[in-house]
Amino acid sequence: MGESTGRWRDLDKLLLRPGNIVSPNFEPGTELRDDLQTYARVLVVGAGGLGCELLKDLALSGFRNIDVIDMDRIEVSNLNRQFLFRLQDVGKPKADVAAMRVMERVSGVNIIPHFCRIEDKDLDFYSNFTIIALGLDSIEARSYINGVACSFLEYDSDDNPCEETIKPMVDGGTEGFKGHARVILPGKTPCFECTIWLFPPQVKFPLCTLAETPRTAAHCIEYAHLIKWDEVTTKSSFQFCFCHSSSACSHMLLIMYILFQVHSGKSFDADDPEHMQWVYSEAVKRAELFGIPGVTYSLTQGVVKNIIPAIASTNAIISAACALEALKIMSGCSKTMSNYLTYNGLAGLHTKVTEFVREKDCLVCGPGVLLELDTSVTLQKFIELIGEHPLLLLSKPSVTYRGKTLYMQAPPVLEEMTRSNLKLPLYDLMDKVAKDVIHVNGMTSKNDTKQSCLLKLRIVFKGIDGMTDMDMASGA
Amino acid sequence: MIKLFKVKEKQREIAENANGRAPVKKQSAGELRLNKDISELNLPKTTTIAFPNGKDELMNFEVTIRPDEGYYRGGMFVFTFAVSPIYPHEAPKVKCKTKVYHPNIDLEGNVCLNILREDWKPVLNINTIVYGLHHLFTEPNHEDPLNHEAATVLRENPKQFESNVRRAMTGGYVGQTYFTKCTC
Ligand SMILES: [Zn+2]
Repeated sequence: MGESTGRWRDLDKLLLRPGNIVSPNFEPGTELRDDLQTYARVLVVGAGGLGCELLKDLALSGFRNIDVIDMDRIEVSNLNRQFLFRLQDVGKPKADVAAMRVMERVSGVNIIPHFCRIEDKDLDFYSNFTIIALGLDSIEARSYINGVACSFLEYDSDDNPCEETIKPMVDGGTEGFKGHARVILPGKTPCFECTIWLFPPQVKFPLCTLAETPRTAAHCIEYAHLIKWDEVTTKSSFQFCFCHSSSACSHMLLIMYILFQVHSGKSFDADDPEHMQWVYSEAVKRAELFGIPGVTYSLTQGVVKNIIPAIASTNAIISAACALEALKIMSGCSKTMSNYLTYNGLAGLHTKVTEFVREKDCLVCGPGVLLELDTSVTLQKFIELIGEHPLLLLSKPSVTYRGKTLYMQAPPVLEEMTRSNLKLPLYDLMDKVAKDVIHVNGMTSKNDTKQSCLLKLRIVFKGIDGMTDMDMASGA
Repeated sequence: MIKLFKVKEKQREIAENANGRAPVKKQSAGELRLNKDISELNLPKTTTIAFPNGKDELMNFEVTIRPDEGYYRGGMFVFTFAVSPIYPHEAPKVKCKTKVYHPNIDLEGNVCLNILREDWKPVLNINTIVYGLHHLFTEPNHEDPLNHEAATVLRENPKQFESNVRRAMTGGYVGQTYFTKCTC
């Protein structure tokens, strides 16, 4: 006990004492600390620069059940900032090593590593966690996890989010000396998709500039990466045809074979050092031709992988903010940040919290329109119903359900492929689930002007309620 | 929040989650928006679209353009579209599958069309791109060259350019490069 009070002394100041800016349901006491250790399960997505920091911070903040998922292996270039890794770890999965190192240093914490892609795990896996902490560097991965977390969200009949279905996320991101930390409470604060415009689109140079009038080192690198790479592979195959038709010597074939070995005819892989080296040397040639200075190997990596040098201190600051928010969300010991913190340490220091608002009709986190249907309603009938529904008035709708195209108005080739669904019950087309989300798009007329729109609908089938009816349905 | 999870955890021990069956496939926001784009396509009559992977896999598709005027009349050009899950935040990747003698399309199928790269905006859609591609065949331009030789010929000798295009489309050599027949 004495050891424990010593160890948690700082945390206890937050968890054991009442306060004025705490969340309404905050109940300070040792039970809260114990519950946090017993019931909170955190998933850390990414075990890179931010992920290493997050694991350490969460473990030291009293979280005991942590999982970490990352598909990458440790590279030499990670070692300067991904401080859980050592030279002898190079080549090993980041998740495994990060979990092991933190468990060695923080007693009592249990970290389960997952060395795989985030898409490899099913929804059941994600549903196990009370909170998800994101330490990622890609928009795609954020968007994916956001979609997963929001898919657990349910709304009541008054379109209020059901508290117990909210899967909170804290999201960190850094670029050099800049970073952000945000809190996403789906249904309450904007989700990633509500504010995707916050991410600046990637700079893309016109291909013809790359091909004809390069002016910068980056132009030369992108030329080698986007144009030159494909050129060599296909030109060699052309030689093959030529040589073949003129029944020429076999060494032509051999040359072609070796050329193919260099690129193996496959697409460029930014994580393959040989590929990167090739792009670098081609970019150097290109730069010499046009008298452009500044092509280096690290710039090549930066341009091709769209990397901005990572700064260890930025990661530490952003991660600390995220871990603190995780603790606040879980314990209620203080109000959570609302809802987006930006940090800029480029010149002096600037930090600011902005309260972004939700996109009311967000397809991912919004409530959608609730519709109660009989299980006998066919897709055709459903389409008529949403045409007449006063909140929708949707004409010419196309319908999709979890990636399945149920009906498409156009183009004719898809209309034909989906037409036979029209006479089937929607309940059957939705795999006989009692309630689920469906998406429709079509034209809606508001104040006599036609507008195209894409909507989320919450379908509930009447008379089907939970498990017993599910069993009945499968038994029938 | 933790109290909620404590309660939930207890409940879970009593009865496994009622909503038992795990959903098979989640739909990305990009997929939803693409679906909308596709269902609202208003293609020029010279254009067709095909979905080689069936009706449930719309993120990769092919657009075939058969220009009815200009240098490329009578030709048939297939473009592959690959759409990202964060579409329309990011433009689709478009390549020309048909080897074509064209100033703005190189021999590897890279296409120089501003809206595919530097001028892409999320308000644009698949229809805009198809019209843009169509435009490349009615109005090839020598100012944004990807195929340098073709651009030079178009600028300096349009008659020669016309006959080069014919030769390429009917199958044959233009300079050192062999083109397979692509007339329909
Ligand atoms: Zn949202």
